[in-house]
Amino acid sequence: MMNVWAVATNAFREAVRDRVLYNLVFFALLMMGAAILVGQISIGVEDTVIISLGLSAISIIGLFIAVFIGVGLVSKEMDKRTLYALLAKPVERWQFLLGKFCGLVMTLAVNTAAMALGLYLALWTVKHPLEKSDAYVLVAVYLILLKLALIVALAMLFSCFTTSFLAILFTAGIYVAGLFAEDLRTIQAVDLSPTTMKMLRGISYLLPNFENFSVMGAVAHGRGVPGGLVGQATLYALVYATIVLAAAAMVFSRRNLK
Amino acid sequence: MNRRAIAGVLLGVMITVGLAGVWQLQKKIDAQKQALRMERDELTLRSPKLIQKMSLEYTPLVAALYWTRVVQYYGEKHRFGHRNLELLWPLLDITTTLDPHLMVAYRFGSTFLSDAPPRGAGEPEKGVKLLERGLRANPEQWRLYQDLGNVYYFDEKNYPKAAAAFEEGSKNPKAPIWMKAMAAKIAAEGESTETSYFLWRDIYQTTKDPLVKKNAESHLRLLKVDLDLKEINRLADEYEKRNGRRAAKMAELVQAGLLKEMPVDADGFPYVLGEGGKAELNLRSPLLEEKLMENK
Amino acid sequence: MLWGRVAAGAQGNAWRVDVGGRVLKNAGMSTPAIEIEKLSKEYPYGFLNLKTKKSLEDLTMRVDTGDVFGFLGPNGAGKSTTIKLLMRLIFPTSGTARILGKSIEDVSMHQQVGYLPEQPYFYDYLTAAEVLDYFARFHGLTENDRKARMEKMLKKVGLETAKKIQLRKYSKGMLQRVGLAQAILHDPEVVVLDEPMSGLDPLGRREVRDIILELKKDGRTVLFSTHVLSDAEMLCDRVGVIVGGKLRGVGAPGELVGIQSHGMEILFELRTEGNKPPLLSRATRTGERYRVQLPEAELYGALDELKAAEARILNVAQLKPTLEEVFMDLVEADRAQASAVDVSGK
Repeated sequence: MMNVWAVATNAFREAVRDRVLYNLVFFALLMMGAAILVGQISIGVEDTVIISLGLSAISIIGLFIAVFIGVGLVSKEMDKRTLYALLAKPVERWQFLLGKFCGLVMTLAVNTAAMALGLYLALWTVKHPLEKSDAYVLVAVYLILLKLALIVALAMLFSCFTTSFLAILFTAGIYVAGLFAEDLRTIQAVDLSPTTMKMLRGISYLLPNFENFSVMGAVAHGRGVPGGLVGQATLYALVYATIVLAAAAMVFSRRNLK
Repeated sequence: MNRRAIAGVLLGVMITVGLAGVWQLQKKIDAQKQALRMERDELTLRSPKLIQKMSLEYTPLVAALYWTRVVQYYGEKHRFGHRNLELLWPLLDITTTLDPHLMVAYRFGSTFLSDAPPRGAGEPEKGVKLLERGLRANPEQWRLYQDLGNVYYFDEKNYPKAAAAFEEGSKNPKAPIWMKAMAAKIAAEGESTETSYFLWRDIYQTTKDPLVKKNAESHLRLLKVDLDLKEINRLADEYEKRNGRRAAKMAELVQAGLLKEMPVDADGFPYVLGEGGKAELNLRSPLLEEKLMENK
Repeated sequence: MLWGRVAAGAQGNAWRVDVGGRVLKNAGMSTPAIEIEKLSKEYPYGFLNLKTKKSLEDLTMRVDTGDVFGFLGPNGAGKSTTIKLLMRLIFPTSGTARILGKSIEDVSMHQQVGYLPEQPYFYDYLTAAEVLDYFARFHGLTENDRKARMEKMLKKVGLETAKKIQLRKYSKGMLQRVGLAQAILHDPEVVVLDEPMSGLDPLGRREVRDIILELKKDGRTVLFSTHVLSDAEMLCDRVGVIVGGKLRGVGAPGELVGIQSHGMEILFELRTEGNKPPLLSRATRTGERYRVQLPEAELYGALDELKAAEARILNVAQLKPTLEEVFMDLVEADRAQASAVDVSGK
């Protein structure tokens, strides 16, 4: 386990030195601009807009980081051959993968926490004092973080067996597909045979259902999220990510380095 | 000065001039586009469901974006006095499909969809549709019942339905007491100036939206005229009863003590007694034109 | 030489005591440091990966404990492939190998092994100190231990002054030294170096040579690949020559060149007034000296001739090809074989 921790802390350090966290500056500016401009739209929606905008930004920025850097976690080490010296140490390949995963998830956690803080600051400027219902925003942020962790796992899996470009495409693709999984489940089309419908339903269950982590609509209007949903979503992310990482470990364990 | 310095200066000058040129060009292009925009309203994507799908999981944000478009669209049309508000419903349709809980959209939308031109789109049935969607998604929002009642009362002139709407809304414990009374009054009387005035005044006092407030105010001004004229006519009838003939000038009513002072309208112009001793707006009052426009 | 036995130890290791009386660990009579058995690696290539290319074919060799072993071969011969197979960076198509008695599949074996990759590249956002500290963590060293070793290593490879500078600013030679440092950081029994001299200036190469010799003195086993033959001659106890994926020859450098002797050479001077020996026709002359080369069998006959001519013998030496010549011959032989195969159409 120490090996995993060593790789994780190094991955975190790499992200920091790679100036990944500088995206926070952009986010802060965005939030400030929004806080200033939102009053111009119309009265009565300031908090809704700020929360929607803030959560969307956290999600999208986090997505970019998860996909691009997630793919790079393995690809970059293989391309630049930094992996060679490392794998000659007494460290298992799965420990390397798990460490990288944890490192990036830690980075994302720090990033989203900072952005959540920025969101609250912007919210406070348009509406003080803050109400109890504004705490639900934290739940939304937590769920976004779960989603990002799952995406990192997927990005790593794809980058283990294909080029970084394709891995990015596949990961982005599965993200979009995962958002429509629910629609796929309830699809009603006249010209589909029952077997096809069953198959589509099956696929809809196997795809990562990213809608599970999306509560922006409720939270933006000050509505709460049931605790059961949060618990189950956490479990879902945990199980799914474990499956994905296990598959990645399997693929990576047998991969010949160039 | 060596060559590198000269090259540096020239580069700096070139960039500055270039940017200035770009700035000017952009202004010209904007002017051109402005002309285009006025002639042709554009909403390339019309299907709310499609836009909802395309928004992935960011529907509340996209809803907020469309909401800003609604406000801008109405504001611009209103500013330039255009009557054609044909995009108002599609935009609101999209907004509320993306975010069924955006209350301001329902409230603002129902007012300006239903109100007759030039104030609104003159499509009260759309207003009703919008509010019904709002109530399906937010049954606890009694204010939507109030708005529904207003649309039926003012624009559809369907008094039984108006009464029913106010009645339904009054069932919510948070609703003000007057809603129940209003339901009964409308069921019994239908339209009356007092009712109309009351309803608009409540909107005026409770809304936070400046456009809605302004709209309510303009209605109130004209309704006040009706109320005033009604009152003055009542006093004129009283005068006739007492003196056996109708007063010819407003001053007579004042002299008779029926009016404390010369009555003026909201713009400060004194009311006059016209043909047959009936109260009328002053010919010079701008309210006259507004009244004529409304009755058209 | 004194021989002793250690009672404990499942493998019954024999200890060797050298002339100076120092005990050398595990004189590899029973367990060689590295054993390779019929190791092969095939790569698919071409359209739909249908064809395969053998980059290593049935390699069988061993490296004894305490030896410095040089892996020689032209580019693409399979040296790097072999080393990567040993370090489990790539997986063999068939065959096995063991380091220190443990299969190469055993990751824990890497505790005792140090590896310097070819053209090493490390995380360029880290400093040398940080890189070494990072790698040291995988060896389970305590924080103080790591720090101490890191300082020691940096000093050893001459990077003390640059330790706080990020690797992105390092020259190739400096990176090579960092690579070497991380390979020996944990004091491994076996050190595997892939082209350790590449990219270094003569001073750097000298330093690497010194380090290798130091490792040998400490009783470590060193396996390194190179195509600088003079280094191999100077440093190695044994060399292996790989050409075209196959092992062509293995043994001490002396043995290898001794395989093919080119005969004897006699250096002599003649008395001006004496008779000319017949072999003069075969000799080359520089000033007063004559040099003749002849097969070993004819040596004594020639000496008799020169004795009769009262020539003054200056030197009699065996003509040994240099390692380079051996090497070149092997390469040529492989090429000839390869083209023969092509021509035969198989």
